[in-house]
Amino acid sequence: MLYIDTVESEVLVHKPWFVGIIFALVLALSLMFNLTDTTLGELMRPVIGDPQASGLYGRFATGLVLAVLFCLNIVLIGFAQFKVQVAVVWVELLSLFLAFFNAFDLSLPFIWEKLPILLSQGLFTTIYVAAVSIFFACILAVFGAVAKLSGNGFAFAISSFYTSFFRGLPLLMQLYLIYLGLPQLGIVLDAVPSGVLALSLCYGAYMTEIFRAGIQSIDRGQWEASRSMGFGFGLTMRKIILPQALPVIIPPTGNNFISMLKDSSLVSIVGVWELMFLARSLGQATFKHMEMLIAVAFIYWILSVCMEFVQARIERHYARSKIR
Amino acid sequence: MSGENAIEVKNVSKWFGGFQVLHDVNLTVRKGERIVVCGPSGSGKSTLIRCFNRLEAHQKGDIIINGISLHNRMRDIAEVRRNVGMVFQHFNLFPHITVLMNCMAGPMWIKGVSKEEARERAMHYLEKVRIPEQANKYPAQLSGGQQQRVAIARSLSMQPTVMLFDEPTSALDPEMVAEVLETITTLAHEGMTMVCVTHEMGFARAVADRVIFMDAGRIVEEGRPEDFFSNPRHERTKLFLSQILRH
Ligand SMILES: Nc1ncnc2c1ncn2[C@@H]1O[C@H](COP(=O)(O)OP(=O)(O)O)[C@@H](O)[C@H]1O
Ligand SMILES: [Mg+2]
Repeated sequence: MLYIDTVESEVLVHKPWFVGIIFALVLALSLMFNLTDTTLGELMRPVIGDPQASGLYGRFATGLVLAVLFCLNIVLIGFAQFKVQVAVVWVELLSLFLAFFNAFDLSLPFIWEKLPILLSQGLFTTIYVAAVSIFFACILAVFGAVAKLSGNGFAFAISSFYTSFFRGLPLLMQLYLIYLGLPQLGIVLDAVPSGVLALSLCYGAYMTEIFRAGIQSIDRGQWEASRSMGFGFGLTMRKIILPQALPVIIPPTGNNFISMLKDSSLVSIVGVWELMFLARSLGQATFKHMEMLIAVAFIYWILSVCMEFVQARIERHYARSKIR
Repeated sequence: MSGENAIEVKNVSKWFGGFQVLHDVNLTVRKGERIVVCGPSGSGKSTLIRCFNRLEAHQKGDIIINGISLHNRMRDIAEVRRNVGMVFQHFNLFPHITVLMNCMAGPMWIKGVSKEEARERAMHYLEKVRIPEQANKYPAQLSGGQQQRVAIARSLSMQPTVMLFDEPTSALDPEMVAEVLETITTLAHEGMTMVCVTHEMGFARAVADRVIFMDAGRIVEEGRPEDFFSNPRHERTKLFLSQILRH
């Protein structure tokens, strides 16, 4: 939350000038884009007669109704509690979104028919690839971060070269280098290991910086106390520093994991049967591209939402020992 | 080597970059002796005692702790650190584990003591600093004075032969100073060898065998507390004492 001032200002959506501007905007937009041939125009048949033939009058009438409804909507929402506002606006946006997709005339039965294979084969592979990759990325990141902070020239050079290289190349390029390039040197990796390797290396490079920042955020006194009790480096790191760095490390790691869930779609390029690959191959075979793409889009989205919940819970868990 | 001396400091000099913090310091602490170190801010008191467990490295001279000379050998340093406890101005408790775990960690992870025995030992020392009832709280839930007493218990749980205190009461609110000083006094009466950097002159009078005054990286004056406070010899000591005793 921002630190809101105690002097309450009037709700923006209740200011006449603001509502006026919105009203004018909506009206102008609906005059520009003829809305008479939409569901709204159809509903207004009793007033404007045949929507197709209603002309300028029809346009104006539908625009007016839409503008009034819209302004009424935002003014009413302005009265509600924060949580209610959030819920209502979410539902409204989601229904607009669904209405938009509905306009594509999608074949729902086709989606239902293909959903089992999308979920069993595709979703599983996607999660599997992402989870294994984030695990290796974290391990790489710990070593990368320690190397960067070690003060050892070799270690620093290797680690900074690694992060610079793998952050500097497009992920897709790394994937090609591993899957298509390495075989020329006689090293042939399967599609899944190639994908995991590329994702781990790339995200490990990003997360090295996250782990470095986490380790550096710990007060020097913690090192001194550990050292004064005779703890060695490894013990101090494992038991004292990393556990305390977790609250700093976890939120951006969660973000990276979500982003990796989606970037794992890149490995469809090399023929891993994850969500994206199935979406394209199933869609291509039947020319129902949009159905599959939208279905998979929603699966990715739901997956990310779930991950956000998990992340929020973990963050709350770590917030507890900080209570003063 | 010497069986009598806990700490021997011979001609020790130390630099931070080009800046000399310690000038040719000599000091011997016998076993069971209680030393108070005082002196103006920046005079090198912390640096000196941090050299005793090699939180800082000295560049010239010798430091010998319990007969072990401090050099660049990790094995010796680890041995010394296990036997020398240190209490910091800002406590430096481990905030992510409970008070009890703070006191069990050292014995369990370093000395290979079993969990049950470590718990017993930790409770013993928490009782000694009179806060056994806080054992299952996290450090942040305790007052400053309580946290510092936990820090003392944590150090004691390693069963050190020497205790170093670096201004243990300077970060505390006035009403909490007494409880911490009492704990340290009890420890002193039990015969623990200790070096304590502090400006609490009442405490120094009551427990110190010797008071050491440092200025600009040198030990300017040392003596028994009676003499030190009533007849300071050096101008610098007189000025310092008049400044801190005025209030
Ligand atoms: N890590 C360091 N790097 C550079 N200078 C330091 C460092 N630690 C302490 N000093 C300097 O050394 C001098 C002595 O510091 P310190 O031992 O902390 O004094 P005291 O504890 O007596 O107040 C001070 O001038 C301080 O600025
Ligand atoms: Mg100091």
